Amino acid sequence: MDKLTNQQVLEKLQAQFADHIRNISEPKGLLTFETDKDVVIDILRLLKEDNTLQFIYLTDITAVHYPELAKPYAVVYHVHSLVFNVRVRIKVFLEKEQLNIPTATLLWQGANWMERETYDFFGIIFDGHPDLRRILNMDDLGVFPMRKEYPLEDPNRVDKKDFYFGR
Amino acid sequence: MSKPITRISSNMPVYEDNDPQDELVTLNIGPTHPATHGVFQNVVQIDGERIVSGVSTIGYIHRAFEKIAEHRPFYQITPLTDRLNYCSSPINNMGWHMTVEKLLDIEIPKRVQYMRVIVMELARIADHIICNGILGVDTGAFSGFLYVMQEREFIYEIYEEICGARLTTNIGRIGGFERDFNEVAFEKIREFLKRFPPVLTEFQELFDRNRIFIERTSNVASVTAEEALDYSWSGPILRATGVDYDVRAHNPYCSYEEFDFDVPVGTNGDVYDRFMVRNEEMWQSMRIIEQALEKIEKEPKGIFHADVPDFYLPPKEQVYTNMEALIYHFKIVMGEWDAPKSEVYHAVEGANGELGFYLVHDGGRTPYRLHFRRPSFINYQMFAPMSSGMLISDAIINMSSLNVIAGELDA
Repeated sequence: MDKLTNQQVLEKLQAQFADHIRNISEPKGLLTFETDKDVVIDILRLLKEDNTLQFIYLTDITAVHYPELAKPYAVVYHVHSLVFNVRVRIKVFLEKEQLNIPTATLLWQGANWMERETYDFFGIIFDGHPDLRRILNMDDLGVFPMRKEYPLEDPNRVDKKDFYFGR
Repeated sequence: MSKPITRISSNMPVYEDNDPQDELVTLNIGPTHPATHGVFQNVVQIDGERIVSGVSTIGYIHRAFEKIAEHRPFYQITPLTDRLNYCSSPINNMGWHMTVEKLLDIEIPKRVQYMRVIVMELARIADHIICNGILGVDTGAFSGFLYVMQEREFIYEIYEEICGARLTTNIGRIGGFERDFNEVAFEKIREFLKRFPPVLTEFQELFDRNRIFIERTSNVASVTAEEALDYSWSGPILRATGVDYDVRAHNPYCSYEEFDFDVPVGTNGDVYDRFMVRNEEMWQSMRIIEQALEKIEKEPKGIFHADVPDFYLPPKEQVYTNMEALIYHFKIVMGEWDAPKSEVYHAVEGANGELGFYLVHDGGRTPYRLHFRRPSFINYQMFAPMSSGMLISDAIINMSSLNVIAGELDA
């Protein structure tokens, strides 16, 4: 089997989605880029269905909250080409007011619970998801607990404040 | 046949059954039920003995580990990983250490890597023993479980010799181990290699040609490779469908590339294949441990951690007498590390599948975000859809062959 390099994956994607692929990096050798929510499913589909790529395995979907950014929510996909043994990380940043992103359940059934978990903890709304409701937390929680504005401990505690540690 | 679902509250599924003709019954299996081996609920609609449809409800022991991890320095996250898959906590511990080491670019000495391999493979055996033993219990053969339980006990004794703990091990540190394996530990590992094969053979003989067992498990809950990949399955249950995806072989970590072992695969993806794959994996784990012991012999003695004073706690005697050691000790304990801003995804082959750690670090005292890719969580989501049309008793053994561990399911 021929080897597939990150460069080849990128070229393939850029041929079709040149304007939508930004901030390309390779932290620890894992190809990472940002894209837009309107094309993310098309990119995932190309990755999955192209015979020279074959990213048939959805490893994970999760999100990260960066409250200080203009687009504070990053939805992170990890996909894995089991045939060529290459992994790719795709990030989609979402605005605070528009937390909608199309669902990946059209491509992988396994995305179902991963997206439910992401919704449960971050409030990201996956459009078209068959059953988008909380999965680990109780239904009437009312908040999305993994957002940074919800402190874990009593915020009045001073012994863990960063400024005591020179930060 | 199945009807639209209405729910009182969305996590409490209730089935509407207005048709007096088809006497469907709604049955709660769980949250606490001896057959679920953990705290999770399935509300199933049954027609006699046959399941018509079902809904899984999980989260009963959700402990917000990802949130807690955002508020803890790295070394304090190790005990959290113990409590994911508590049947094989050393694998989780090592996976976490390796994630951080990948972030920090720490080179681990070969001897330490082999020691880790030994611990991880012991943990894999302990986990598979439980799963296959329980599968025997659920199919009505209790004695196999008791035969192998003693060996799990012995593995726990080895853990105890290495780190002092048995179930939630908190084994090792970032950069290596907290202490060297003592002679007793090595002896016990060697003894285990001698005493386990006859027990495993006996255990296997109880089942693999047993007509009752075969009829109970063969062609039950068959899953094709396509379905399994569609649901992102990993681990022994994926390999039972015929896909040879093993993280140890695909993305070798901890020097697994130096070891000679086979990745067993099944053909049918049914409960019997899963049982056989797990059994064969135990044999392969034994092979790996044997090779690791041989390799350790060739390495210089006494090395049990990398030489990274910034990240590895100095010996306690030095902390009290040596200024430099005291500073390092203080900095490490307070989480004052110079870790680079980066993000890492590191996966290890857990006993249930690909256990991934997605770590986003912003240079602070704690991870900015840590996400666990928990194989049980992802494997389990197919359970309810695949149960439709199954007998209740088949669904129960299907569940135990998925080896869903509640701690890993809920994080």
